[in-house]
This record gives sequence, structure tokens and C-alpha cells, in this order.
Amino acid sequence: MSLFKKVSIVSCMALGLGMSASSFAEKIAIVGGKVHTVSAAGVIEEGTVLINEGRIQQVIEGTDVPSGYREIDARGKVVTPGFIGAYTSLGLEEVSMSAGVVDARTNEHPVSSVGAALDVQYAVNNDSTLIPITRIEGFTSAATALSHTGQLFQGQGAVISLATSFDSVMKPKAFMQIDVSNSGAEDNGGSRAAMWVAIHTIFEEVTFAQSYSLNPSEDWEGISSMADAKALIPVLKGEVPLLMKADRAADIAQILKLKQQYSDLNIVLVHGLEAWRLADELAAQKIPVIVNPEYNLPGGFDQLGATLENAARLHKAGVKVVIGMDTHNIRLATQHTGNAVANGLPHSAGIAALSINIAEIFGLDNEIGSLEPGKVADVVIWSGDPLEVTQTAVNVIIQGEEVEMTSRQTKLRDRYLKRDESVPVSYTRP
Amino acid sequence: MFKPNIKFGLALAVSAALLSACSSDHEEQKSTIVAGIDTNPFPSTYKVIDSAPFIITNVTILDGIGGKIEDGEILIQDGVIKEVGSSVSSVSDAIEIDGEGKWLTPGIIDNHSHLGVYPSPSTHSHSDGNEMTGPVTAEVWAEHSIWPQDPGFQRALAGGVTSLQILPGSANLFGGRSVTVKNVPNRTMQDMKFPGAPYGIKMACGENPKRVYGQKGGPMTRMANVAGYRSAWIDAQGYQKDWADYQADLDAGVSATPPKRDLNLETLAGVLNGEILVHMHCYRADEMTVMMDVMKEFDYKIGTFHHAVEAYKIGDKLAENGVCSAMWADWWGFKMEAYDGIKENVAMVHAAKACAIVHSDSDLGIQRLNQEAAKAWADGKRAGIDISQADAWTWLSANPAKSLGIFDKTGSLEEGKNADVVLWSTDPFSTYAQAEKVFIDGAMVYDRSKPESWPVSDFELGQVAEGDAK
Repeated sequence: MSLFKKVSIVSCMALGLGMSASSFAEKIAIVGGKVHTVSAAGVIEEGTVLINEGRIQQVIEGTDVPSGYREIDARGKVVTPGFIGAYTSLGLEEVSMSAGVVDARTNEHPVSSVGAALDVQYAVNNDSTLIPITRIEGFTSAATALSHTGQLFQGQGAVISLATSFDSVMKPKAFMQIDVSNSGAEDNGGSRAAMWVAIHTIFEEVTFAQSYSLNPSEDWEGISSMADAKALIPVLKGEVPLLMKADRAADIAQILKLKQQYSDLNIVLVHGLEAWRLADELAAQKIPVIVNPEYNLPGGFDQLGATLENAARLHKAGVKVVIGMDTHNIRLATQHTGNAVANGLPHSAGIAALSINIAEIFGLDNEIGSLEPGKVADVVIWSGDPLEVTQTAVNVIIQGEEVEMTSRQTKLRDRYLKRDESVPVSYTRP
Repeated sequence: MFKPNIKFGLALAVSAALLSACSSDHEEQKSTIVAGIDTNPFPSTYKVIDSAPFIITNVTILDGIGGKIEDGEILIQDGVIKEVGSSVSSVSDAIEIDGEGKWLTPGIIDNHSHLGVYPSPSTHSHSDGNEMTGPVTAEVWAEHSIWPQDPGFQRALAGGVTSLQILPGSANLFGGRSVTVKNVPNRTMQDMKFPGAPYGIKMACGENPKRVYGQKGGPMTRMANVAGYRSAWIDAQGYQKDWADYQADLDAGVSATPPKRDLNLETLAGVLNGEILVHMHCYRADEMTVMMDVMKEFDYKIGTFHHAVEAYKIGDKLAENGVCSAMWADWWGFKMEAYDGIKENVAMVHAAKACAIVHSDSDLGIQRLNQEAAKAWADGKRAGIDISQADAWTWLSANPAKSLGIFDKTGSLEEGKNADVVLWSTDPFSTYAQAEKVFIDGAMVYDRSKPESWPVSDFELGQVAEGDAK
């Protein structure tokens, strides 16, 4: 428990930094919407969300607004917490291919022999066009991480706010990543027989390193670099969640064994196409799973059990399900969730999979992920059911501030919708 | 009744040699010999599955050509749509389905798929979609790479896809011939081949050819891409003339030696003759416009630009030239030429009165093309482009059918057409809609309510989760 407290204090400090640039004094009332609080208060059919000082002050039934609030009419609409991109490279990648440096991918560097030390907190570009493009679709924050290192670990990810800011990192070192699927094995000795020995060896090194002074004057001959070992100490203690990518049931069983051996580990399963086959075991070990519920094809021999019912089966067994794996189109996580619902996931679990469940796995559930008094005012008003492909976000509030619903894409649209044929196109400024 | 119409014969084929076979029993297509050359060496062996007639009543119908019928009915018999309207004749042995609350549409036609040529599992040994050994490989045919056991076909069927075009990849200026298939996988590619569908050719603009060949002898620039198309067309014109001269000699009773066959030029000449349809991967507005000039220079027809991420910038030019655009709803940013993608692309192309198509290019996307169209429709509507759902469904039916040259056979719910039909659980513009029953040529090939009847590929037999809810 003390562990979580510590983490949330750190996150409050980070958040404070990020927010200091903006003015969030405005008092806003979002009036009359169907409010998904994603908390014990459940869904309020006609409710009002009161925002003050950048935080949620209260969620009340009905439409009686105390004086002094700017009102936003949400009657006939749906209100949710801002959704969180669960597994992205937002801020690290502008154009994926043949377009210069992509910070989501690393080359080998002597600072890290196994990839654990790599840290994306230094790489986030707040001016990325992906940020407005994503937030106007109802996503107000995101976990962001490396997509490929070629090493055993894919470094430390961060949680970022999608507000306009010069410092959008809400929580640096929010998680560590490792890939133990086919692709991980391919990059690490070509076989699980090599990869898992490396994992166990490194964990032994880090166990040793916990009681060792890791500074440049000491000798260190681990297969992980000194920086890697330092980064892995809080992982081994369970202070930093370890996101483990795996699909095959046998690989997930190895993960469960690792958890038995290192019981402090705070493991989150990623991808998990065959996770439904071990749903009871994952539930018992309280291991959440980040999925794309649309993956239903055997892309490799470790994905044969892929099914559209993965999310529903996991949820039914009591596993915490999180949805959202993409970067340029993480905004489509609502559609992915809708398809999970079409295949058996309860709607409320779908909304939680985009919000509170994500906040919980990254230890930010005191701050974001639900509409509860005291939380950061990340709130979205939708034209209707957010999981319906024909509906959309109509107002987005991040940290108590309403964001402009424009992006480079809406500007391109408007330029060509309103093209003046009498002048060259570059003279039209929407 | 469909008419296997074998007119995709070798370009050089003079019109007299074209055979138009007419058959009532869906018989196998026969080879055609033109100027001593078999123009159809891999004929379709697709067979319509025998089925009792079906009558679906009380259903909301989108006919795929812009019409909507509330409380409508359809009669499917002998593989074709016999009647469609507010009421249909009763047939004694018909199976009746109550369509209360459900919607009926033409089967989805995906004009951009790599199923079978880039199948699942995506092992190196199955990666047969792109002959990346030279920028001009019009001699290769995608149908020779198709692995009919790709489980992606069954998944696409559950998403209401009844026909699809399988294309070579986009690394080459000329990537080879495409093929259109019925989504009824069987033992062989020929078993799936859409009877009478013309061939297509895959061409590609932009980044891919220059990236792949930039260090392998070129093209390494877009200007060399264009030089490459033009040089190839000049060669094709020469080849076309050699064979025309030969045919003229034959016709005049002069003894002549036939020119040496060249598979690459045979396909290119087929394009110049208008018998092979052009499917050109092209993202940028400026490049599409250059290609329409090349098209005029060499007097051929570009049927469809594929991906066409910037088509919204030149809707007027696309309409003027009668070129279709096959698009995603919202993919963008994965490379520079996709950086200007917007969600209103499809609707803006439609609003410009150009031909709009929603395609997948994805083994996942192909499973929910109705949702892709729904997004594009809704995004257009919010931008002030008011398109009816019935018109929007043309993006998945009539327009791709036209793009593939099969609109006389499928792509709409009109009397006499192939009964390629989907019954949806609800409005297919909803995320929650599912294809409940899928009919191809009048046979129910997918029934969501009967898991034991779901098709399973050879690959998935005896594997984990065989026959599971996919």
C-alpha cells in the first residue's frame, strides 16, 4: 500500500509541473449528460459535472447548477472521463517510415546492453501533430513507449498528458517493457531457450544489485549494463509495473512462473492473444491484460488461439482488461472496444478498459481515469455512445481547460472544403 | 444466372476472336485460343453451391445502388436475386427468414486485399505477394501465389465480404496481374476465381518503388518512377504493333511468323487494349494528377487509384477523368505520402461526384468494412456533406464492383444478379452490427447462429481453438 502512495505523490508533483503553465481557474458545469462516472456512482442518466481549479469538484444528479459556473450543455449527450491511450508511442513518432529520426525506435548504444535503461521521458515532442489529432477524439492522456529496441527490454515508458504544454510528461518511468513473444525470442538468441535464461540471469543480477552500490567506481560485470540494473531495481520491487508482451499460452504460463518466483513483480500482460486460455490463473495473480480485441488471426505460431472473444472471456474470469494499442490511430481504441462489446464484453467494462483500468495499471488512479471529486478534470462530452463508430467527441476538457477542437487534419479538411478556385490553394487559411 | 464472359483475352486478340460463352449451369470456364495463344490458361473452376430458395421478409434493404426499402422482401433462387421489393412472389420450397429489425445489403466487395498472397500465419515461406526483384514485373500473376488455406478468407466472410480482388504488393511500378475471387475458399485458387471477371494490373506510385529500388539500380526518385511507366508503355506499344501486324498478315492470308511471346508485355498490351483494368497505388494528389496525364499520353485508362489518401484535394480532377478512388476511412501518417490523410476523404470524393470506394488492404480491416464506411459517412455528415446511408453503401458494393469490372454480375440487389447478400443483425453503420447470414450465389455460406457450420481452413484444423468464435 505504501508503495502506491509513494507513486501517486510523485505523479502529483509531475502533474503540478505540467499544469503550471496553464490557467485552470475557470469553473465549468457540464450539464445534463448521461454521465459514465466509471466509479462506484456508476452511470448517471442525467447528471452534471462540476469543475473547479482544474479538478472535478462534484458529479451531481440532475441539472441544477450552482451559480458562478460556465455551463456546457450536454443534454442528450454522453459524458465520460477523458480516455487514456493505453499503449502508444505518442510524442515519439511523427511519420513512421523514411522520414527522419523516430524516437520510438532505438539503435544499440553502450549505455544499455539489454534495453532496460532506455527512457522515453526525454524524447516526448509536445508539438507532435498526433497530440491534437488524438485529443479531439476524446483521449486526454496516454502511456507512451518505445516500439522496438532489438534488445531484451524495450525501455521505460511514460504517461503523458495530451494538453498543450511544454512538459507533457505526467509520470516518467511509469513502466518497464519486455517482449517475450515470438518477436522477442527472435531478437534475443532466436529461441525462448536463450531469452528466458537471459531474463532469469538478469533478475538474479538485479537482485544482487539491490544490495550493491551501483556507481562508476565499482566493478560491474552483469550482462545488463549498470544503467540497466538501476532501472530494473524498482521493477523487481514492484514499484514500476513490468509490461510483458506475450501471446502463446505457454509463454503466459512462463510469465506466471516468473511471478511465483519474484512475487513482488507488478506484471501487466500485453497483446495476450491466447490470454483467455489462462484467464483464471491471470485473475488469481491479479495480472491485467492490454489487448487489441480485434486481433483474431494467427499471425504466427504463437497466436493460433486468437479470438474476437478474448476481451470478453478475460473480463468474465475477473481479469482487468485494458484496450488500446496503436499510435497514429489510438483514437480508434473506442471502435476496438465497441467490437469487444459486440463480442461479449459488457459495455461498462468497455468504458473502464479505456479509462480507470489504465489509470490503475500505471498507478495514476488517484489522478485520472474516472469522474470523481478531486481528480484532474479530464472530461469528454460525446455526441452519443463513444463506442459507436458514428459518434464522436464534441467537447474535450483537459486539466479543467476546454481544448480547441482543431488539428492539422481539420485544417486540411477545411482548406479543401472551402477551396477558392480563383486563387492558388496555399492562400486559403482555414 | 450469370454469364461467364471470357473477354479478358490477350490484348492483341482482335475482336472477332472474343468468345462470349453463355451458360445456364455455371459450367467451368474454357480456355480461349487467340492467334495461337491460350488467353485463359488458368480457368475458373468455381461452382455455385446448390441451395433451396430463400425469402427474407420484413427487412430494411439497402440495394447497393443508392436505394433503401423499409419492410422489404427478397427472393433468392437458383443462385440469383429473383425479386426484391416491398413484396415478392411466394415459392413453395423456399426457406423463409424473418428479417424483423435486421438489415439486408449486397455482399461487401473489397477491391484491395492481399489474402492468400500475404496469408496468416505471416511466415517468410508464405510471403508471396510482391516480386521485389525488379521494378517492372507485369509478367507475374497474383493468382499463382494465392494459398487458399489462408484463414483470413473465413474471417472476411464473417464480416460479410463476398468478393475480393487480390493484388500483388506495391514495391514495383508494375507489380503484376491481380485476380478477383468469390469468397468461397476451397482446394485451389481456380475454385475461387470469379467467373468472367477481367484481370487487373497493380501499379504503384511514390515512395515504395523508390525505397525498394533506390539502392538496387533505380528508380530512386519519383521522376524515375514516371520515366519507368512511360518507357514500359512505349515497349508495350511496340509489342502491340508487332502482334497487330502479324494478325493482319494472317487475315490477309500471308504466311507470317508470330512474334516471340513476352509475358510482361502481353499484360501491358492488355492494358493498352482496355482488357486489363488498372489499379494504381497512389497517395498524393500531385502524383495522381501526373499519372492521369501519363494515362492520356498513352491512351489507356486508370480504373482506380488505391489508398488515394489525398484524393480529397483533387475530387474535381478525379471526377473529370472518371477515375475511382479506393480509400481507408482514417489511416494516416505511417509514411510521408500518408501524412495528409483526413477522415473526410471518402465523403469529399463522393461529394465531388467522383467514384468513391472503401477498401481494406488489411486482413483485419476486411472484417469490418461496414464500420469503415460508417465512419467515413458520419465524418462527412459532420463536415456538412449529407450523404444517405443507401448512397454510402455504394462505396462497398456498386463502386468496387465497377472498379473490378463485375458490376454486371454482382454489387447490387437487382433482379438477375448473383445473390451475394448479407443479412445484418441491425443497422450495419453500428459498431455492434454483425453479419448474421452471408449468401454467395444464393447459398448460405455463413450462419453466425450455427457455430458447427462455420468454415475452417485446413491450416486451422487440429490446431488450438479450431472452429472457435473468430
